[in-house]
Order: sequence, then structure tokens, then C-alpha cells
Amino acid sequence: MEEKYLRVEKHEGQTVLFGIGDWNLYNQRRIESELERIRPVTPLIWDMSGIEEFDSAGVLLFINYFEKFKKLTNVEVRGYTPQQERLYRLLAEHQNDEISLERKSEGSLASVGKGVIDAYREFVSFLEFVGYNTAGFFRYFVNIRNFRYKEMFYHIEKSGMDAIWIIALTSFLVGLVISYQSAVQLTKFGADIFIVDMASISITRELGPLITAIVVAGRSGSAYTAQIGAMKITEEISAMRTMGFDPYYFLILPRIFALMISLPLLVFFADVIGIFGSMFAAKMELGISYTQFINRLQDVLNTKHFWIGIIKAPFFAVLIASIGCYRGLIVSNDTESIGQQTTASVVNSIFFVIACDALFSVLLTQWHI
Amino acid sequence: MMERRVIEARDIVTSFGETVIHDKISLHIDAGEIYGILGESGAGKSLLLKEMIMLLRPTSGTMKVLGHDVVNIGFKEAQQLRQRWGVLFQFGALFSSLTVAENIALQLKEYTDMDKNTVDRLVATKISMVGLPQRAGGLYPSELSGGMIKRAALARALAMDPKLLFLDEPTSGLDPIGARNFDRLIMELRELLGITVVMITHDLESIHDIIDRFSVLADRHVVAEGSLDDVLRSDHPFIERFFKNEYVNKKFPRGQKCEGE
Repeated sequence: MEEKYLRVEKHEGQTVLFGIGDWNLYNQRRIESELERIRPVTPLIWDMSGIEEFDSAGVLLFINYFEKFKKLTNVEVRGYTPQQERLYRLLAEHQNDEISLERKSEGSLASVGKGVIDAYREFVSFLEFVGYNTAGFFRYFVNIRNFRYKEMFYHIEKSGMDAIWIIALTSFLVGLVISYQSAVQLTKFGADIFIVDMASISITRELGPLITAIVVAGRSGSAYTAQIGAMKITEEISAMRTMGFDPYYFLILPRIFALMISLPLLVFFADVIGIFGSMFAAKMELGISYTQFINRLQDVLNTKHFWIGIIKAPFFAVLIASIGCYRGLIVSNDTESIGQQTTASVVNSIFFVIACDALFSVLLTQWHI
Repeated sequence: MMERRVIEARDIVTSFGETVIHDKISLHIDAGEIYGILGESGAGKSLLLKEMIMLLRPTSGTMKVLGHDVVNIGFKEAQQLRQRWGVLFQFGALFSSLTVAENIALQLKEYTDMDKNTVDRLVATKISMVGLPQRAGGLYPSELSGGMIKRAALARALAMDPKLLFLDEPTSGLDPIGARNFDRLIMELRELLGITVVMITHDLESIHDIIDRFSVLADRHVVAEGSLDDVLRSDHPFIERFFKNEYVNKKFPRGQKCEGE
């Protein structure tokens, strides 16, 4: 193999080793493989004058092999510049054979234990959060002037009004798909008109609230976590606390109230659009006219179904907003944590919304409503 | 060989819409210098630095860094140039998902074919060079103090053995002792590694102790440039305000002498 970075000249009784070229980080590996082949037997003179660029990777390599060669024979170094010598001294002083850069890792048992304790702590801190919120909630109503209307309306606009188009689109499609799919089955029995019963009840009672809550959880729950988390990192929350602005008053309760007000309205909107979607599909697929559909709707859709759907919405809202805010507050001091907490926020709130819906379902069936 | 002129800015104009930040700024930085950029807040110090490191394109003018025209530069050339300088951001900008050692090793792993052992050795050397204890290598940025973050970020900036180092307010946020140590560290590195340092600073003591030449930005122009003595000859209001006050006179009697000339 061609030697690119070293040239060896053998004289009587001594070997001269010329370093040539760039001894830098890009060539370190190739220089090392060339050095590896050198087995000095006679006294060695190491000449550096041919080295053009000599950086810390190159110098470290030199330190390494200088030590190695010294054990075998006499080594004399020459031809280095004062600059290179200074670099050598600096690196020789700071280089260390025992490197411990790895983070101490813990055993699997320890990490299981840590996980359990973390989960417990998280649970306790969530209880603390709920407690603070409840306390704040009552303080709100002791003095109505405490109420942050401006923040609340801002969040009604951001998480309610601005979500209208995406909710319209999803609920329209869900309504459409529901009747489209059931139309095929219902025609088999000649029970075409029952599509109205099916679609309207399922949309108002279950699908409307659920779809809306899931969209809002993905849209606003995550935003709450990210906003509050970023404020936590930049110490804005600490700043608020020192000025006597309780973050529960200023950040969290306005968001919870805003969602409690806007979510039922969004559910109502989703119901209307969803039913319109199924009306549209019924006309296309089964030829049921809008008039027919609406007449039947007024006969079969008991208002209780509608109210059940609407009543559920504030409960979902509390879940989504408080999980979102809580996750934001426990963001720790690094950017990665925001991502983790935002993910956890969406996953948790969707799960709890569905769990809460199931609970309603069971209770209402038990009570024969 | 190093070019003698490491950075050369000519007629740099930076404007955002109606707002003109720099109006035909020209300056040059020579190899081996510690060069300071000083100015009122809002005078565009950080913008000028960003233009040097290709984070921002000047509206017009030419900027040459290490012989490359960074205003009109191809992707490949730019990537190569980026390996030849190190940048220390004001707040460190360490990647928070990586440990300090991983932060420093990142470029070494990406751009060179050195094996893990060598990379680790280099990283350990850099950590020790900037005065951090070895165990800091395994810590995450969120576990470090402010001073340690600066040092770790400096180690990361030095990872590729750059010949040019950009520092954005290196001593801000450090205690006076820490700041002086940091100054000394930069001095030492300049001596030992022969690097050119460009720094934005407000720190009077840094200006007094370690900076060879600096330029003062105010009113969209460079109002003074040169060594401290040169700059003190200017009678621009900002320089009057910044350097020729009681505090400075008391602290650096040399300034007083200059003023008396």
C-alpha cells in the first residue's frame, strides 16, 4: 500500500520517519493504519517538518505512537514548529487514558423501581393540580371580579371558533359514512327509512360529542401543553408566581372554562353537520328526500338523545383542558420534555374522553335513560 | 496556509422592509486576532454575526469568510466551510436530548471516519481543555449550571479544531470570576491553537483585557474601529457614553490617559 502520510528512510543504525501531508481529523484513520505498520528496531528519528496541517486528532495520534515507540527504542522528535509544540503540550496535559464519558446506566430492576415511583409521583402531582384547581375554582366565585374574561374569550375563540371548519369537515364525513354504510344493510330488509333513526340517534348521542372531543383534544389539548410547557421553560410561570399572578387563575382556569363553554357549542354544531351529512348520503344512496328525512327526524329523535350528547361535552372539556394544562406544568427544563408531554397529553386526554364516554353509557343504560 | 484576511465585509446592507439596520458596513478581521463587535442594543451586532456564519443573507454587499464569498455560495462549499469554524451561542444551544459528550462528538462522528475510541479520546481532551470535569461528559445540558453550559458549548465549538471561532456574548450570564476565567481560556486557546476569534461582547473587561481590535456599531454604521486606543479617539456619542464615564475611568485609568491626550 502506498504510504501517503509517512515516509521511512533507513540509515545505518537508525530509522528516520517523516510525517507528511495533513495530519488532521479527516485523515486520522489512514495515518493510524500507516503508523500501525511501523515496528522500529533501530533508534528512531521522527521528523515533523513535512506535516502541513497538524490538529488535535493528529497530535493525539502522535502522543499515542510516541509512547508506543519509546517502549521499543530511542525516539527523537524534530522538525516541529513552536505552534505544534504548544498544541502538543496542551493536549498532553489534558489527554487522559481513563475516559469516562458514558452516563452511568442503571440496572433493569432499578429502572422498573424508578418507573413505579415516577408514576406514583405523577399521580400525586396530578392530585395536587386538581386540588389547586378546585381551590381556584371556588375563589373565582367568591369574588366574580377575579374572573379573567379576556383570557377566557381569547381561548374560546382559539379553541372553539377556530376549530369550526375541521369539526364541520370531520362530522360531515362521519355522518356521511354512517348512513352510507348502513344504507346497504337497511335496503336488504326494506327498512330504508330507519336510516334516519339510526344516524340521528348515534350522531347526537355518541358520535358528535366523541368526534368533537377527539378533534379538540388533538388540536387544543396539545396546544395547551405546548404553550404552558414553553412558558415553564422560559421561566415565565415562575415570573408570574413572583408577581403574585397565580398561574391557575391566569392560565389554567380560563382555558378550562373556555373549553367547557365552547365544547358543547361545538358538539351542537357537529350534530347539525353530521345529520346533514347523513341526510346527504340518504338522498344519494336511498333516494330519501330532505323533507322526508326531516319529517321522520322530528318523529324519532327524542330530545333526550341530543341533551345527553350536549351534557357530556363539559365533562370532556374538563378532562381535555386539565390534562393539557397539567402536562404543560410538569414539563421539565429541556426541549425534549415538551414533545413527550404533548404526546402524553393527547394520548391521555383521548383515552380519558373515551373512558368517560363509556362510563356515561353504562350509567345511562342502568338508569334507563 | 491561512488567508491573512479571515473575514472581509464590504458595504454590507441589512434591511427589513423599511427598517435599515446596517447601512454599508465594511470591516475586516485578520488571522490570529481576537476581534470584538460592540454596539448599542438593536444596532445589529447579532445580525452581523449571523451574516458571517450564513444564518442570514445580507440585503446587499459582499462578505468573505476564510476566502469564501458567503453571500453567493454553493451548498457543498458551504457545508465544507461550516466544518472549519465553531460557533458558541449566547445560551449555549446545546442539544438537550444529548449528553455533553455526545454534543461534542456529533460533528466528529458525522464528518470524519475516526473510530469511537479516538472520538472519545478527543472529546475527553476537549472537555478537559475547557476546564470541565470528566464526569460532565455524561450529563445532560439540563443538569449543568450556566457556566458549565458555556464551557460545554465552547468544547463543542472546538470539536473540529476550527481555525475560526465565533462567540456570541461569551461572558454574559457568568459571574465576574467565571467571566475572567473564560476570557483567559479564550486567550489561551488563541495562543495554543492559533485560532481567530470573533466575539460580540459588552463586557468592558473583556474589551480591555483580551480583545485586539474591535468595531463599534451605532446608527447603522461602524462608528469606530481598531484597538481600544483607536476607538477612544472617536467622539461619537455612543462611545462617549460607553467608554468615557466615571465608572470606566475609575476602573481603567488607561482610558483616562487616552482621553486626556
